Amino acid sequence: MTRIFFIITLLLSFVNPLQADTASDFDSALQLLKQKNYALKSDAIKTIAASGNPQARAVLDAMLNGGLFIRKKEKDLVFAQKRGSNYQLTAVLSGEDLGQLKKRKLKKVGINNTLRGELRSALALLSLNNPDPEKRLEAVNNMLGNIDAGRAATLRDSLENESDSSVQEVMRLGIALSDITSDDINTRKRAITVLHGNLHPTAWNSLTTLMAKEMDDGARNAAKEALHSIDVKRQMSSIAETLFFGISLGSVLVLAAIGLAITFGVMGVINMAHGELIMLGAYTTYLVQVIMPDNPGTALLLSIPLAFVVSGGVGILIERGVIRFLYGRPLETLLATFGVSLILQQLVRVVISPQNVPVTNPEWMSGSIEINSVLSLTLNRLYIIAFCLLVFAALFFILKKTSLGLQVRAVAQNRAMARAMGVRSERVDALTFGLGSGIAGIAGVALSQLTNVGPNLGQSYTIDSFMVVVFGGVGNLWGTLVAGMTLGIANKVMEPWAGAVLAKILILVFIILFIQKRPRGLFPQKGRAAEG
Amino acid sequence: MLKSTIKQSIIGVGIAVSMLFSTAAVAEETIKVGILHSLSGTMAISETTLKDTMLMLIDEQNKKGGLLGMKLEAVVVDPASNWPLFAEKARELIQKEKVDAVFGCWTSVSRKSVLPVFEELNSLLFYPVQYEGEESSKNVFYTGAAPNQQAIPAVDYLMNDLGVKRWVLAGTDYVYPRTTNKILEAYLKSKGVAKEDIMINYTPFGHSDWQTIVADIKKFGAAGKKTAVVSTINGDANVPFYKELGNQGVSAEEIPVIAFSVGEEELSGIDTKPLVGHLAAWNYFMSVDAEVNDSFIEAWQAFTKDDKRVSNDPMEAHYIGFNMWVEAVKKAGTTEAGAVQDAIIGVTVPNLSGGFSAMMPNHHVTKPVLIGEIQDDGQFEIVWEISGLVAGDAWSDYLEGSKDIISDWRAPLSCGNYNVRTAKCSGQNIE
Repeated sequence: MTRIFFIITLLLSFVNPLQADTASDFDSALQLLKQKNYALKSDAIKTIAASGNPQARAVLDAMLNGGLFIRKKEKDLVFAQKRGSNYQLTAVLSGEDLGQLKKRKLKKVGINNTLRGELRSALALLSLNNPDPEKRLEAVNNMLGNIDAGRAATLRDSLENESDSSVQEVMRLGIALSDITSDDINTRKRAITVLHGNLHPTAWNSLTTLMAKEMDDGARNAAKEALHSIDVKRQMSSIAETLFFGISLGSVLVLAAIGLAITFGVMGVINMAHGELIMLGAYTTYLVQVIMPDNPGTALLLSIPLAFVVSGGVGILIERGVIRFLYGRPLETLLATFGVSLILQQLVRVVISPQNVPVTNPEWMSGSIEINSVLSLTLNRLYIIAFCLLVFAALFFILKKTSLGLQVRAVAQNRAMARAMGVRSERVDALTFGLGSGIAGIAGVALSQLTNVGPNLGQSYTIDSFMVVVFGGVGNLWGTLVAGMTLGIANKVMEPWAGAVLAKILILVFIILFIQKRPRGLFPQKGRAAEG
Repeated sequence: MLKSTIKQSIIGVGIAVSMLFSTAAVAEETIKVGILHSLSGTMAISETTLKDTMLMLIDEQNKKGGLLGMKLEAVVVDPASNWPLFAEKARELIQKEKVDAVFGCWTSVSRKSVLPVFEELNSLLFYPVQYEGEESSKNVFYTGAAPNQQAIPAVDYLMNDLGVKRWVLAGTDYVYPRTTNKILEAYLKSKGVAKEDIMINYTPFGHSDWQTIVADIKKFGAAGKKTAVVSTINGDANVPFYKELGNQGVSAEEIPVIAFSVGEEELSGIDTKPLVGHLAAWNYFMSVDAEVNDSFIEAWQAFTKDDKRVSNDPMEAHYIGFNMWVEAVKKAGTTEAGAVQDAIIGVTVPNLSGGFSAMMPNHHVTKPVLIGEIQDDGQFEIVWEISGLVAGDAWSDYLEGSKDIISDWRAPLSCGNYNVRTAKCSGQNIE
């Protein structure tokens, strides 16, 4: 028995040296990770990636995502995951459960941008064989930045087994990026054909580098053509991008203004507290999120009706408490509502906080849809555009198809006649103002996803909203939509060459001139109603 | 704009009236310290914290037995982010409240507004925020960073350690970003950066639609050379800016953004996951590994009764400035402004990163320079640290017209604006 054991040990000691070597490499690399020096850590990452150790992936992954810690007392590396206020620890090598520990007893293995890049590349090489095509795509994309002959060879091998076409395409791009620096003219030419019209920035850059030093005329022409095709595509994308930015800015303007289109446009009330009603909607979103912190998405959806009720309710209060005594006296209304806006702002400062409050974006609203390498549409803006159109349609429906809408229009056109027909004009006034205010609250929910939520949120939007409504033509919903979109697009077309500050000034100057020419806006009301 | 000014002054008047009532009764002899920070308006987000910091420092000093055998008394006023109101409130503090020193201001425009008041009434102002330089007043002590203590080392780090070749200088449209970018542009050109590799962009306060600018930065950065954004964007406009960067997928590895006005306080309002890896340059981070820092944070969180409250760089500047003032008063044996001005030069006090800061003859202090990367918990990981300390330089060496000027408030020179070429003191303390 002893002899057999002896022989086994002997055998193992012959087999093991190589394995033991990489294993100890892996171990000593792990030790290096505890150092503060980033160059040492960088060496360690390379060793770990090359070690082939089954734990390598997990270590690098945890390091990249900030899940790798050092226990201050034991001075060893652990994986840690946040559990409430504590961290749940797992041993790196054995995977043993080490219980929980407070954050102060742990020190994170810090990484900087260079290391982050290296970690991504290293992980990319490790995940080229990942069964999930999206992971593979990400892996290849991560390699494009620093491609070399060795990596290109790896890509060539993987390309043969690759079944997903989009991954294949990026792999071909990667190989071409390496081939274009080749000494063989035919390889270069082939690479140029692959890069023809490819919008990835690396393609354009490597083609321009090639242009600078290429001797062969044929290859030069091909490269020139390829560059031209990229430029044309870029131009198209850029136009599409500006249009998208313009529409998205326009939809924000329309959302902010559409409530005012009712209170000012239909009722003729100059409501300086309009922005503060928007602010209340945004704060409603914040409060709902505070109540249900784990579900920002549901909270957001829930806050749409809630914000309508809150802002609408406040609107009705303002109408019943202040504005109804001032109908037909626009100057006094202006001053009184301005006072109301100050009160609302200060109320928020006192009750909640004078500082901005954080509103979380739900997961499904972050990020963007990539159309191609240079054009991507951000998701939150897409949702806002859709939401804006939805609100517009709903409002349009209410005004045109419901009995409330009919009464609102009747009172707006001829109050005395409407009352004679049995419409309770006071009640209609209150409801109309509430409707406009409620819509402002809904706009606040949308704006909370784009901008800072603070007591001053409403100020700038009051002015913007008046601008849109006046430009579009008072009392006309379509006017508001067209005006908002026009102003948004015009602003975004001018911004690249005029700058954000000047673009806004130019827009204001344009509106002033336009109002001089057509005081009733884009879509003036016609007929007898226009006089009232 | 007119509207917001009206609003702010109405609020300001309201608060001023309430202040009259609250500070009516003072019995025993105290040393009064003025605190001039906006508690409402756009800057409240940053300045309220500094008011609390000062209250804590004064409270701690009183627990240690006060100063010159007397208790310290804080006098808080609210200039409401309204620049002209800053001057009025400063005058009120000095003339009516008879304070011996004032700690306050954040934006450069508010400092420029109060400067004539402090010079006229010969009182002391401790200004705790990083600023654009080109100023040195007999009555002001600049405990925040001058450009050579923040902007220039940060650009050096990007250039040498990250190999950045293309630069976007993005800022809010007012004096600090404009002057800083002017200095940086001159500096970059002196280092051989071509004009077409620098893109400069200004946006208004509170800008919220960053789509076009971020898309432009993305295009600018796709030209094959390593690109970085140097951001002097101030205040709450940073939140939508970083959100848009995250949404458009600009990662810190491709195009890092280094900010001079974004600290722990500003980050505490946002989800920092998409920002991980973006940079900030300061003279102090909450994550600094030093015992004095740990105990400061502990005291701060106990004072505010909030164990999630963060500390930041301007707070450290107040910590340094307040302790320097205390030491200078002890040294001079009086709180009289002239005596303290003489005594404070050369005073050395501990800073929060474990070292010491000294008051230089040009009324700036020596500081370490740190660069940190944003982490997913809203803290900074320090990735670079200058060796030794940097003394603040009031007049930039990279601008025409300012490179020949020095500042030295010791006798016999006693001048904040001395031209070494013409050997003249212009007497003009600002640009």
